[in-house]
Amino acid sequence: MGQTFEAQHPGTTVTFSFAGSSDLVTQLQQGAPADVLASADTANMTKVVTDRLVAGSPVDFATNTLEIAVPPDNPAGVTSFADLSRPGVKLVVCAPQVPCGAAAQKIEKATGTTLAPVSEENAVTDVLGKVTSGEADAGLVYVTDVRGAGDEVKGIPFDESKEAVNTYPIAALAGSKDADLAGEFVELVTGSEGRQVLADAGFAP
Amino acid sequence: MTAVGVPRWVYVPAALGALFVLLPLVALTVRVDWARFGTLVTTPASLDALGLSLRTSAASTVLCLVLGVPMALVLARTSFPGQRVVRSLMLLPLVLPPVVGGIALLYTFGRRGLLGSTLEVLELQVAFSTTAVVLAQAFVSLPFLVVSLEGTLRAVGQRYEEVAATLGGAPTLVLRRVTLPLVLPGLASGAVLAFARSLGEFGATLTFAGSLQGVTRTLPLEIYLQRETDANTAVALSLLLVAVAVAVVGLAAGRPGQRWR
Repeated sequence: MGQTFEAQHPGTTVTFSFAGSSDLVTQLQQGAPADVLASADTANMTKVVTDRLVAGSPVDFATNTLEIAVPPDNPAGVTSFADLSRPGVKLVVCAPQVPCGAAAQKIEKATGTTLAPVSEENAVTDVLGKVTSGEADAGLVYVTDVRGAGDEVKGIPFDESKEAVNTYPIAALAGSKDADLAGEFVELVTGSEGRQVLADAGFAP
Repeated sequence: MTAVGVPRWVYVPAALGALFVLLPLVALTVRVDWARFGTLVTTPASLDALGLSLRTSAASTVLCLVLGVPMALVLARTSFPGQRVVRSLMLLPLVLPPVVGGIALLYTFGRRGLLGSTLEVLELQVAFSTTAVVLAQAFVSLPFLVVSLEGTLRAVGQRYEEVAATLGGAPTLVLRRVTLPLVLPGLASGAVLAFARSLGEFGATLTFAGSLQGVTRTLPLEIYLQRETDANTAVALSLLLVAVAVAVVGLAAGRPGQRWR
């Protein structure tokens, strides 16, 4: 999307700073210069809004749900969400402090199941890493992560995942040096072109 | 002997360097929510993490001593073809980013790693266990002990060992009664360095061992996790970690009659 934007606005360079949402928010709170913030959850965006760092109000641009990721040979024979709490299945999830872990916890509560993970990771990429290396039998990650990992993992969608739909908001920031340009980038992401790119990556609108 | 001082201008960059180290620590101290400090560092999660860190660092230091002392002896007291290469390779974890160490350990001791099937036959499960934490810590800490001890061994020289051997001392006796007492300060500082490095280990642990309260989530991992939601706890725990590290280093450096190499 950065390239599209640069093509539409000659002379403009889009620089991305990718990190966990809470990292980005901490950086913004400490005065890091930025024009637009896209967050992987509403909680972190709310922090920025509360601190009056946002120009206008955030717009939701995508949603994401969890999926079970297993190594390609699926050594523990996991086929459903219920299988994850079977004894002997080495399950890795995100810690409840991070959005993907909060989503897993929400599903646990809604379905009345208790998961006993062998590890609660800090980031969804760490969960994925434990699955692709075959250390874990299964992990709970986002649909988009499974798609991004290609052949390295097998994704198993499960109905219970609808209990926790994660919403991604985007907003132009008050500290932007060029408010118009920031607003136009937000429009690109939330517009039809942006939607198509996001849908290709596995995001739901 | 005339004392040879340093040129006066040297003090300026030296002071700047000291500030560079101390200022972030001061900033950390200032940022701590002192009213709630006690509460924050005594939550069950914090105490679990602290306890686990101390236990695993102690275990890793023991492992480093058991493996590192013989390594330092072989490097300092023998010569064999390719010794320089071997030494460089042994010190590799010093320069490797810890996360690379973690990945390497994963492909060695992991379920699908080089030794994975062997370990499985022995019914040893390293993945996601406290053992994995100790292995990660020992991997990154071992070179500190080896370097420190090897340096001391070389500095002390072999005169006393030769005398002892001339007097009929068997190699093991000479090692135990002459060499080790002579290098004790170097051994102690090496062990302290290894312990301190183990205490701070983060990248290899996260990559290799995972993160679960009371099992694999050491203090640095807990700090990193708390930072996601609760900056105050993260800062309080950071200061706790600094305090523990200072205590460990101070304890070893401050022992009377001991030279700090």
